[in-house]
Amino acid sequence: MATAMFGERVQRLADAKLVRGEGRYIDDIPLEGALHVAFVRSPFARAKILSIDCDAAREMDGVAAVYTCDDLGRLDLEMPLLIPHPSLTEPRTQRPLAKGEVFHVGQTVAMVVAVDRYTAEDAIRMVDVDYEPLEVELDLEAAIQDDAPRVHADVANNVAAQFVQTVGDPDDAFARAEHITKIKVQVDRSTAAPLECRAIAARWDDITGELMVWDGTQAPISVRGGLASILGLDEDKVRVTAPDVGGGFGQKVLLFYPDELLVPFAAMQLGRPVKYIEDRNENFIGSSQERTQIHELELAATKDGEVLGLRDSFLHDTGAFIPYGIAIAQVASTSIAGPYRVPNIWVEFKAVYTPTVLVTPYRGCGRPQACFAIERAMDKLADELGLDRFEVRRRNLIRDEDFPYRRDGLVFADGLPLEHDSGQYGKALDMVLEHIGVDAFAAEQEAARAEGRYIGLGLGFYVEGTGLGPYEGSHIRIHPITGKVYVNTGLTCQGQGHETVFAQITADQLGVAVGDVIVVEGDTGVFDWGVATFASRAAVVSGNAIHKTALKVREQVLEAAANMLEAAKEDIVLEDGKAFVNGVPDMAVTLAEVATASNPLRYAFNEAAKTSTQFAPAFNHDGPALGEGDAPGMEATDYYSPPHATWAYGVHAAIIEVDPGLCSVKFKRYICVHDCGRMINPTLVEGQIMGGVAQGVGGAHYERIEYDEDGNPRNANFMDFLMPYASEVPPVEILHLETPSPLNPLGVKGVGEAGCIPVGQVLVSGVADALKPLGIGPLEHVPLTPDMIFQALGGEKDE
Amino acid sequence: MTRSIRKVLAKESSDPRREISLSVNGEAVTRSVSTRLLLADFLRHELGLTGTHVGCEHGVCGCCTVSIDGATARSCLTLAVQADGAEIRTIEGVAPAPDILHPVQQAFHECHALQCGFCTPGFIMSVVSYFEENENPDLGEDAIRDALSGNLCRCTGYQNIVKAVRRAHELMSGEA
Repeated sequence: MATAMFGERVQRLADAKLVRGEGRYIDDIPLEGALHVAFVRSPFARAKILSIDCDAAREMDGVAAVYTCDDLGRLDLEMPLLIPHPSLTEPRTQRPLAKGEVFHVGQTVAMVVAVDRYTAEDAIRMVDVDYEPLEVELDLEAAIQDDAPRVHADVANNVAAQFVQTVGDPDDAFARAEHITKIKVQVDRSTAAPLECRAIAARWDDITGELMVWDGTQAPISVRGGLASILGLDEDKVRVTAPDVGGGFGQKVLLFYPDELLVPFAAMQLGRPVKYIEDRNENFIGSSQERTQIHELELAATKDGEVLGLRDSFLHDTGAFIPYGIAIAQVASTSIAGPYRVPNIWVEFKAVYTPTVLVTPYRGCGRPQACFAIERAMDKLADELGLDRFEVRRRNLIRDEDFPYRRDGLVFADGLPLEHDSGQYGKALDMVLEHIGVDAFAAEQEAARAEGRYIGLGLGFYVEGTGLGPYEGSHIRIHPITGKVYVNTGLTCQGQGHETVFAQITADQLGVAVGDVIVVEGDTGVFDWGVATFASRAAVVSGNAIHKTALKVREQVLEAAANMLEAAKEDIVLEDGKAFVNGVPDMAVTLAEVATASNPLRYAFNEAAKTSTQFAPAFNHDGPALGEGDAPGMEATDYYSPPHATWAYGVHAAIIEVDPGLCSVKFKRYICVHDCGRMINPTLVEGQIMGGVAQGVGGAHYERIEYDEDGNPRNANFMDFLMPYASEVPPVEILHLETPSPLNPLGVKGVGEAGCIPVGQVLVSGVADALKPLGIGPLEHVPLTPDMIFQALGGEKDE
Repeated sequence: MTRSIRKVLAKESSDPRREISLSVNGEAVTRSVSTRLLLADFLRHELGLTGTHVGCEHGVCGCCTVSIDGATARSCLTLAVQADGAEIRTIEGVAPAPDILHPVQQAFHECHALQCGFCTPGFIMSVVSYFEENENPDLGEDAIRDALSGNLCRCTGYQNIVKAVRRAHELMSGEA
């Protein structure tokens, strides 16, 4: 029996071209005669537009066109509300180009199309826009007051949505409580900052009426549907493909950013290919961001630390628009009890407009905030009861025998009931404690303190609902000439290594080398059923669709090979790209031969094809070449639709040294125990975790999108927005636990977002532990900056 | 819709131009370029060497790292006209042959030191330089991380890039 590829550390198939610089990102695609787009963007957070004068720009050499909202015809519209929800009573969405008013700095006001980006940028400075600035309120808590300036004039208190969910009887739990712990925590805004900014190019073919769009999106099929309906084209005339994409992390799954509509529109209008390559500043002021939430959370507990109930009320900053609905707040609210049983829950949120860049999911999507809130609260509960923080967690974790653990009353972001499907939460906690050596650490901490050094242990437990529906599909075909296996799925890759793990899944069923499986995804011209890459779902949803499809093709191959080899189907073995009779390896046919033989031919274009032509012995001379109901070739399509999200989880711990003089922190060790079900490729799983932790370190300590009180972004560049380099990110020691998901045939769970979720809590609890002897005040806000540590130590705030 | 008469659209800007001659990956190149064209755009769009990526246009991310006369440089902060007479090496000039990877490229592959691949050419250029500039490179954790701290990566968390630097050294020292 050949080694199963599932679970092997297979090296990535995509690397060979990428390490040579031969990737094909959107700006790499040669488009003869392409015109380039630049946008006039609002310099005000909130203003009326009194007039726009484009005459001077239109007259410039090299400028092909300048558009304002008045030049867009049917595209002068409010973009679709992507995820409607009954609680979202005041939805407001963005427009391609501002109409009469602007809602954040960076909003697109006019579009210039010119021979090159240099000329286009010259021209945007020649567009004269007269604004009347309006009052703004940037503070989330002030924004919901009755007298606060409004982002949208007709939305009172700036509240877009308000939603309450309840599990059990929380009032009763609080009435029974022997102790109540209250905490208020805040997480600030960050951004995905993929190294490749967003990009789009389009070519309109006047002869065929076909629109070709290259979009660095995570959702090409959805973009195609939207473009066809908004532009009034037949779906088959619009092809959207996401080629190599330089990171996404959620930011590239909005439809539509203004450019995603306007670039295809301009290409159709001007008869030349058009491209828009977002620059870094534009990515900071135009592409979506996430994270700001303020939670006020209470735990009702017994004096032994058993949590009876939880109440949480939080504000969620949605920026100026809410096209993605309440998804982030809903994920946060339904993840609020973390890995703990907590039988009674009341959780409420308000989604609040602020005059800032719109908010849509960024890796983690509400989970880092929920994790920070519940984990800070558990630490505080332990402190207040004088209990060990590990023990308090252990007493409340969902036990192995509790699975599947349902939280009746909570509806997750997939619209389905919330059920933690499987896990070994207690074991995960034990593993991390054993690996870090808690007892030895206590001695080390004491010794360090004696030397005037401060080290602390940080700890955070997270859960993650992954693998959301509705569904993905897959198409597999064995190529008759080469015998290579082509696999298509509808979602897209931004560097996760789909081409490798999907090949592993396929190779196991068809007995071919991983390198002979060619995965093509994210191209509506190839496969156009499916949704998108988001919510740690590709391995779960597309992975299982591919598995199911491969099983179907396997059946076809076994049947055809059995006929060709005149053997019983049960005796056929698939290995090394061949089908052979078990125990008789010489009685074999290659997959190419099987695929060719099952495709009746007229012309013998190569040696193998001869066997399938009309006078060949194998040909059916008694009737139709293809029997009724048969299809040519070895080919199948299938789909996977999850019953509901599958819940991954993990525990992170770190040893952190703090210099109380400089208020600087250093990770001395970072440990991660995680469980994402069965791993298809541990190396790639580890890559996802290490990358997630790095992003988490950014969000925990360095990265904050800063606005001044007038709504001007203050750090919209890589000099001032502090993304960690190699010198800031610690090595991560990873321990795997594999509890299969009972929900899908492969037993897998998602892992894309996991790494980033608990890092804020790990850092903050570690710093609190380190500085306990100095009487440090509460730390309940990330990113935790040196200045915040300074203040928590009693230092004066630097105004 | 009714087909309208196509407008006359310019093919290139009216920017002042100047002829430059330089060597790129060992090949002599003479081109007329706009005087404000960035070296990165020249390499990418005039020469079609699209492996040099542009991630920030202000010299922080390192995606556009190339070698100019033997020194690593940000091609997004350099004008093409400044490269007149220079010897440039890009990611496309790193592998010794079409079917052979440079040890640094090989190590990045073996160690899963890349995910989306957008920052990767810049990292590889920096690491190749690190080895060329240091006959006995310091392979301690801090030294390697310091050597990598001119390049941003948003996918990998850097750990496997650190590993790849050590692996590349093994490959170059014949310890494969």
